[in-house]
Amino acid sequence: MKLYPFVIEILQILVLLAIAPVFAGWVKMLKCWSQGRSSPGLFQPYRDIRKLFSKDVVLAENASWIFRFTPYLVFGVALLAGCIIPILSTDLPLAATADVIVLVSLFAIARFFTALAGMDIGTAFGGMGSSREMTIASLAEPAMLMAIFTMSLAGGTTSLSQMTQVILSGQSVFRPSMAFAFLAFLLVAIAETGRIPVDNPATHLELTMIHEAMILEYSGRYLALVEWAGMMKLFLFFTLGIAAFFPWGIAASGDLYAVFSAFFFMGLKLGIEAVFLVLIETGLAKMRLFRLTEFLGSAFLLATLGMLSYFILE
Amino acid sequence: MQIAAQIIGFLAALVLLTAFGMLVQRRMTALIHLFAWQGLFLSISTAVVGFMAGQRHLYISSLLTLSLKVILLPYILHVLVRRLRIHREIETVVNVPLTMLIGVALVIFSYHLTAPVRELSTLVTRSVLPIALATVLIGLLMMITRRHAVTQIIGFLAMENGLFFAATSATYGMPLVVELGVALDVLIAAFIFGIFFFHIHTSFDSLNVEQMARLKEGD
Amino acid sequence: MIFTPIDIASSAVLLFLFLAMFTFLLSRRQRLMIDICFSLAAAASLLGFIAGAWTVAGGVTEKIVLLFGLPDLPFHLRLDPLSGFFLTVIGLLSFFVSVYSIGYVRGFLGKRSVTSLVVFYCLFIAGMFMVVMADDALIFLISWEIMAAASYFLVLFEHERIENRRAAFLYMVVAHVGAIAILLSFGILAGLATGFKDFSGYTFDAMRATQFPVGGATAAFLLAFFGFAAKAGIVPLHVWLPEAHPVAPSNVSALMSGVMLKTAIYGIIRVTFDLIKVFPWWWGALALALGLISAVMGVLYALMQHDLKRLLAYHSVENIGIILIGIGLAMIFTSFKLPLLAALALIAGLYHTMNHAMFKGLLFMGAGAVLHATNERNMEEMGGLIHRMPWTAALFLVGCVSISALPPFNGFVSEWLTFQAFLLSPGLPNPLLKLLIPLGAALLALTGALAAACFVKAFGVTFLGHWRGHHNPSVHEANWPMRFGMIMAALTCLLLGILPAMFIGWMDTLSAQLVGSKIGASSGAYGWMWLTPVAPERASYSGMIVFWGIMAVVVSTFLLLHVRPGKIHRAPVWDCGFEKINPRMQYNATSFAMPIRRIFGFLFSIRERVRAGSNPGHAAFPVRLNYSLRIRDRFWGWLYQPIVVSSFWIARHLGRLQQGRIQVYLIYSFITIIVLLVFL
Repeated sequence: MKLYPFVIEILQILVLLAIAPVFAGWVKMLKCWSQGRSSPGLFQPYRDIRKLFSKDVVLAENASWIFRFTPYLVFGVALLAGCIIPILSTDLPLAATADVIVLVSLFAIARFFTALAGMDIGTAFGGMGSSREMTIASLAEPAMLMAIFTMSLAGGTTSLSQMTQVILSGQSVFRPSMAFAFLAFLLVAIAETGRIPVDNPATHLELTMIHEAMILEYSGRYLALVEWAGMMKLFLFFTLGIAAFFPWGIAASGDLYAVFSAFFFMGLKLGIEAVFLVLIETGLAKMRLFRLTEFLGSAFLLATLGMLSYFILE
Repeated sequence: MQIAAQIIGFLAALVLLTAFGMLVQRRMTALIHLFAWQGLFLSISTAVVGFMAGQRHLYISSLLTLSLKVILLPYILHVLVRRLRIHREIETVVNVPLTMLIGVALVIFSYHLTAPVRELSTLVTRSVLPIALATVLIGLLMMITRRHAVTQIIGFLAMENGLFFAATSATYGMPLVVELGVALDVLIAAFIFGIFFFHIHTSFDSLNVEQMARLKEGD
Repeated sequence: MIFTPIDIASSAVLLFLFLAMFTFLLSRRQRLMIDICFSLAAAASLLGFIAGAWTVAGGVTEKIVLLFGLPDLPFHLRLDPLSGFFLTVIGLLSFFVSVYSIGYVRGFLGKRSVTSLVVFYCLFIAGMFMVVMADDALIFLISWEIMAAASYFLVLFEHERIENRRAAFLYMVVAHVGAIAILLSFGILAGLATGFKDFSGYTFDAMRATQFPVGGATAAFLLAFFGFAAKAGIVPLHVWLPEAHPVAPSNVSALMSGVMLKTAIYGIIRVTFDLIKVFPWWWGALALALGLISAVMGVLYALMQHDLKRLLAYHSVENIGIILIGIGLAMIFTSFKLPLLAALALIAGLYHTMNHAMFKGLLFMGAGAVLHATNERNMEEMGGLIHRMPWTAALFLVGCVSISALPPFNGFVSEWLTFQAFLLSPGLPNPLLKLLIPLGAALLALTGALAAACFVKAFGVTFLGHWRGHHNPSVHEANWPMRFGMIMAALTCLLLGILPAMFIGWMDTLSAQLVGSKIGASSGAYGWMWLTPVAPERASYSGMIVFWGIMAVVVSTFLLLHVRPGKIHRAPVWDCGFEKINPRMQYNATSFAMPIRRIFGFLFSIRERVRAGSNPGHAAFPVRLNYSLRIRDRFWGWLYQPIVVSSFWIARHLGRLQQGRIQVYLIYSFITIIVLLVFL
């Protein structure tokens, strides 16, 4: 057994833990700039997390163990996902643990428990958030699966590392199926990470919040974990997109130099992707809940067109 | 050659995407833009086919498409929309997700339908044929599902786009004379529709085609 | 070797029959009867389980011809890997449920006599064991009827309620229509086997040896499929299921949903893969399409329910759909001669059969515990039970996570395998199928996500938040036998989830028997910890690492954060500063499902009404709002209502034959005799 891949695995976790807040800060910063405000700086999320960790917890009277267990679970899921997605290198010992479908289901289990935690306190807001979150998730899931299906057609695999390697060694440049799948993935990722136009991460306006409504009653270290995991999820979805569609730069071997250049490329691509995210978020208004069927329907349509164009055109 | 086929495939995918975009788009100006984009993709793909097959007259068709469907017709439609002040949202008869699913079914149906042709054909562009047919059918679907007269015209024009695409992909284009004739027809049709719309609009104060049910006798 | 699996299985059946016959001796000592009979039933179930597991592991086929039966037509029993697998599933769940019943049935003590429950319970399991062991059409149908009749009486156990009687009647009608179709199907197969000469074609061996013509085979398949679909509750033949399953005692509901439906799946597999063997692809496409419809409709109906047991019953429709998807794919792959893919799809379907038995059994047992404790089935009245029933809540949660297809539990493994089978559909030579089948995968994904939503609702409304009811009942935790039955089922769910490669290796003989290919070796290519269904490069999953990975992070984060003792203040709910919060303001089952009801509402006939009570002050400030919601199954109006109406119409007209005068009846007899004399 080689030791080297394990070093990379640990490196990936550290990158995930450290860079995810910076990435969230970067997105916030871009957003502030684009709206003509001055930003709190790149490292504000760190300061927020630290502050929350040092505070005491105020727990609702009837909170059960599910409410207290959920933050740890959500955090654990995010870390595990970070071991599987090829962020820096495809040579990961844990990569075989999960393919893309499992990965999506991992996020689903975090969502399941967050929704339960939302209902645990017994407030109207919590239930509302859970109900909406699960509705959106059920509409997003078919589109996500269809996108995965299209992605898996080219390489004949659903394993993320394998997919990345297939693209890295591929010749075909104009793959309409991949373009469609990417667009579909983008829409689904927006829905899954709760960004505008599906959910507004910054809102605390009672009737429009979805994810925030579920975690409304959290405080102290619980809230810190949930927030941190949320940032990690955003980061992971972006790196997932990179690994599946733009993997150029990800190290195929465990070479130290390649890993460093992979880190550099990752930063570059994330920086650019954040710009696109912010453009979408500033350009669009939040949608009505029942307009989301059309939004996610379009995602499904795009993914299906990708699948069809693979069979018809390629 | 391989790369050209890939480009054509990619453009075909974009044509299909714009067709679906038109099918589900609610806003009038965006709809016209999508139509223009579809014309552009069509024009480029015609040029690429012409380059690949060495058919000179396809360049002319390509230019014709560009001038007519990317510039002139969208311009006319824009003028129409602005004059009649109808850029608000368009109501659809069937809800949007269902329309999308029907559209997907149409694509699969056209793929199934063109299977024998694809087997006979030896052209590089034969794989595009189902998409061209699907574009025609989606155009028709759009005419069925929309209530607004202007969107119905766009649907009609999209159908024509599909036919043109089918011609280039199945046989490397129709003879130039036929194409010129069709182009002229489309142009004149668009003008006539334009004039009609003004009249419909003045007499009904709306372009909702359901209003025309009132023309029926006996009500 | 003295005993062979078939001996053990037969002795299990005999033990059940013995119990059914002699239970009445103890009817004076009800408490003792419960303890003894259910313990013995558990032992007998365990015997069945051992026999089944042994058969599958060994991959042997054993037969016995019974000494009794009809004249010249003796009964045949057979234990091959397929029946062994189903015997395992039935035996394992009935073991858990029997242990659970020791505690559960005590709840009826002092209220009513439980003798009939015990008798029919034993007969019911014996019937199921015999169905899967039957090796000729006669004993198959006899066992099928024993199973159906026993379950009918179990549904009717609390017969004083009119809804129970109605549900039982509907169940009986559908079961018998199905049974007739199965009978006809076997008739066709048996006739074709001997060329309609004699009755010797009634054994399954004779049918296996026959090459059926396509037309006859299709007719037989369609009839059998119809009959088994009626039993399995496949849409549109599902209407009896959500009526009958909830009204039975919960331990029986667990068995009915968990394993009785599976006998229908067994029947479908037996008839297509084993008896007919060669079939066109559209049979598979039919199964696949109906499976998809059942899955999606089942989960959507479930989401609309607020009766906990009814919700679970609709989920059985969904899960049978998922199983059928796997089997349909396997049929399609088989007809295109792709045995490896067929093996994968079949294993996926069968694995889900096993999984569904475990988690659905667990969930019904949990629902039984809730019912036992609160006397309430309506979720709108419940809430906050996690504080008073911690064991039941935790175990029910395991079931919820499993059925929602979330890793690392078992439901996920089988759905994942089904997805993998879907992902291999591009290997099919038929271009149209290639384009259509992926859409089925999307529907399956939709089903999975909706199921998760539904179980957030079920668990959240029942166990979390505050009690919603008006009166506050004295809720007590389930007693130990009940807890023990549920714990074992929950552990099985976990084990099936984290050790799938081992179980698939065990199931190898099954796919070898039915489709002639194995995936055990390829799915264990990375060792027992990883599941790699086709090839490691294609897809892999390790439930073990997912489970322990998440657990490790959870525990280490917890410990890290508790190095410095942080205080936890318990305080009233914040709720954005809202003060006058009360339990009636919580989201309940109806409101939770509202977005989904609105999006997919076109599939149901929904009547929603809000009426404002009049206010003497001002119309804009009503005092009371009255909300009523009625959701109907569209299939009832489309399919069943016409049948009901026309049967009543026919019955009314035939009723005229009943004159009450003796001469008229004599005329009927006279005409019959004349007609017979003329024609014979």
